[in-house]
Amino acid sequence: MPKITVNNKEIEFENGMTVLQACELAGAEIPRFCYHERLSIAGNCRMCLVEMEKSSKPIASCAMPATEGMKIKTNTEKVEKARKGVMEFLLANHPLDCPVCDQGGECDLQDQSLYYGFDKSRFKENKRKVKDKYMGPLIKTIMTRCIHCTRCVRFATEVAGVTEIGAIGRGENMEITTFLEKSMESELSANVIDLCPVGALTSKPYAFEARPWELKKTETIDVMDAVGSNIRVDTYGWEVKRVLPRLNEEINEEWISDKTRYACDGLLKQRIDKPFKRENGKLIECSWDEALNIVGSKIKETAKNQIGFHAGDMLSMETINSLKEFAKKLSIPNYEFREKPFYLNSDNKMNYIFNSSIKGIEESDCIVLIGTNPRHEATMLNARIRKAFVAKKIPIISFGDPGDLTYDYTNAGNSTEDIKKLLNKENETSKILLNSKKPIIIIGESALELESAKFILQGIKKFLKENNLINDNWNAFNVLLQNASSVGAIDLGFFEKDNSFNFFNKLKNNEFKLLYFVGSDNLDFIKSNEFIIYQGSHGDRMAQIADVILPSPAYTEQNGIFINLEGRLQKSNKSTYPPGSSKEDWKIFNLILNNLQEDEKFKNFVELRTDTISKIQNHTDFDLLPKKTIQDLKFESGSFTNEPIYVKEIDYYFSNSIARSSKTMSDCRAARSKKLNKITGS
Amino acid sequence: MSVKKVYDKQPDTFEFTKENLVLAENILNKYPKERKKSAVMPLLYLAQNQNDNWIPLAALKYIGKFLSMPYINVYEIATFYSMYNLSPVGKYFVQVCTTTPCLLRGANEIVKACQKKISKNENTISENGMCSWTEVECLGACVNAPMMQVNRDYYEDLSKNNIEKILDSFMQDDPIKPGSFRNRKSSAPENNKINGNGINNA
Repeated sequence: MPKITVNNKEIEFENGMTVLQACELAGAEIPRFCYHERLSIAGNCRMCLVEMEKSSKPIASCAMPATEGMKIKTNTEKVEKARKGVMEFLLANHPLDCPVCDQGGECDLQDQSLYYGFDKSRFKENKRKVKDKYMGPLIKTIMTRCIHCTRCVRFATEVAGVTEIGAIGRGENMEITTFLEKSMESELSANVIDLCPVGALTSKPYAFEARPWELKKTETIDVMDAVGSNIRVDTYGWEVKRVLPRLNEEINEEWISDKTRYACDGLLKQRIDKPFKRENGKLIECSWDEALNIVGSKIKETAKNQIGFHAGDMLSMETINSLKEFAKKLSIPNYEFREKPFYLNSDNKMNYIFNSSIKGIEESDCIVLIGTNPRHEATMLNARIRKAFVAKKIPIISFGDPGDLTYDYTNAGNSTEDIKKLLNKENETSKILLNSKKPIIIIGESALELESAKFILQGIKKFLKENNLINDNWNAFNVLLQNASSVGAIDLGFFEKDNSFNFFNKLKNNEFKLLYFVGSDNLDFIKSNEFIIYQGSHGDRMAQIADVILPSPAYTEQNGIFINLEGRLQKSNKSTYPPGSSKEDWKIFNLILNNLQEDEKFKNFVELRTDTISKIQNHTDFDLLPKKTIQDLKFESGSFTNEPIYVKEIDYYFSNSIARSSKTMSDCRAARSKKLNKITGS
Repeated sequence: MSVKKVYDKQPDTFEFTKENLVLAENILNKYPKERKKSAVMPLLYLAQNQNDNWIPLAALKYIGKFLSMPYINVYEIATFYSMYNLSPVGKYFVQVCTTTPCLLRGANEIVKACQKKISKNENTISENGMCSWTEVECLGACVNAPMMQVNRDYYEDLSKNNIEKILDSFMQDDPIKPGSFRNRKSSAPENNKINGNGINNA
């Protein structure tokens, strides 16, 4: 490995590193504004100047490739003077409005001016004023503060894949804007707020809400989709003020989707804080005892096979496990977590998770999507696919039409016939697949809803195994589930394993007498005479038709474990307390059992968690991928029907009860549909 | 200078005329297919020529589609280069150089004359609709400073004595002949003086 000397300390570095990276390796911190590890190098802020031997001028370390034998100094007087000069230029046109700026306290410019700023301004001329730009309902802009680092421009173009932000004008008059000040059409747009080193782009919903040092920070994970992005929840008192991404190279790198970030205001609205019962068609408040009595007597008087349990999309595994044990105790056979009938096979963990892993996407050399729109179903996963696409221009092929995915893909057909051809090696796609070393096939829920779902899933698995694309090093077979609770619920067996969809048929034919919904709001269901118990955090679709409502905490308000779509087990931590008299889900089941004079299954949370973890298939440890089981694969044959493959569009900003309660999300939805209307002219 | 203002009365559509479409195709042929974005600057210039010396937003979008590149990138380029006009200019578009050499040789007087004869503010069309003026950076004719560019012609070696006459000629739609106004041939020395190499002015 080549060597470089930084401040008289010789270190080894990897080829291809920049001087800045080598300096970081040597432990010398370099100030910077425009440089960002995950974006291309711009080299336009000049803050990272260092001294290089044999160079008369200081060099911009972020843009200079490190070479063998370089001698770099980062702590000399010359360097400090140069940086002070740069800082003075940056501050020349920067307003002195830190006291009213939302970035205050977490501002790169503020922090660095502490070390490199002059105490007085020598700039006697007029400061420039820049008009604020509209960038959508999430991003608040105060463009006079902009120092033109162009991180936002590079992020939009490179990572988000929507070239909508740009720098217009030139020199002192350069301005950052979107084309004609349209909102940015990306599910990753709000990441530019984190990227902005100054207060030019700040969070609109969080504007003037709190200062960073007043907030209590809790590291936890996200439940808006099955990706399980790592987040930090910032709370002020009871309120969740904001959600920020946490670095996890395996999952979300350092980005999160707009829904993850901004659905959090839904945690403050439409909350169920007390038990309710329905009397004369109206929901009225009642005490816990009263509510439990009603629930207890209803369960007692209803025949067991006429009771159905449904688990929602954002439940922790503990909740689902305690719910299942609860149902077992009462010997109730009908329980389900799926929101629509789709084919599932839980014989082997491989059959329902994303086996290639999210990080593995970067190694892939060919991606085939079957009935899935990863942009809306798993935004961070889509960002990885785009990353692989940008880096290596890999071929991406889709069966079914998912619309704009932020990268180029070819459509290989919209019917199951085309998949049959693929399996028989009769079309172009199969050639591309067989010629690639690390392909990825992603089967989405839309494909699993088809009548030939079993044919597709089993057929693809067999095809991949036969062609040695499922081996010890690589597993090309992937299923993309949409909800945070899905993989966990499958592991715990909280569904009908025979794929006969009895639950859904009974639901549709209104054969249930008593339905118990736990955090479940997305079910397509028309009520007739059922008695409905809703246990959850938000007064959303199911609470409206419920006869008894039991308040329970949302995902930020109770501890829990979630398995993401890769099968990675992660801990979600309680960051705030629930409003009113909410009780944790497992405690509510215990209370109902008490009411029915049955024994509690779980005495405390530790017991519950231990039991839950023991039920996980192929469990390894927290934050790790599950064990691989590719040796004893079973292949079944499914019936084939020639049918079209539709990629079911999901209402991205309104996909769960928290998002539906969020004002920010409905603003985003309105902005998006307004833009669509403008394009189509309707 | 500040960021160019986009004109508020925009035409709804823009399309190249038949002749310009042929020219545009010829321009495209100069670049490899996968790098057809490179044609954005000549195409913008073509659009500007077609549309009375200014580029409407519809043309930016049209060119964006034409070259399959994002609108914002076309917009960036159109605002970056000072020779693209995003709002209408007069029939005679006067660009006065005010960079150091011209300024030292009295470009201020030229600007003052423009303010007096054409319009008080730059980028404003004169009352009779004939002229508009703007200050620009160096046009590369420093040796003939002060100078200005009117449409495609250079008017050089100006002074406060002759500038008003020149501007009047534009205002009356009867443009005076371009070139040096101190009877110099190109940028050769005045009055047939011998230049540094001992060669006579020829």
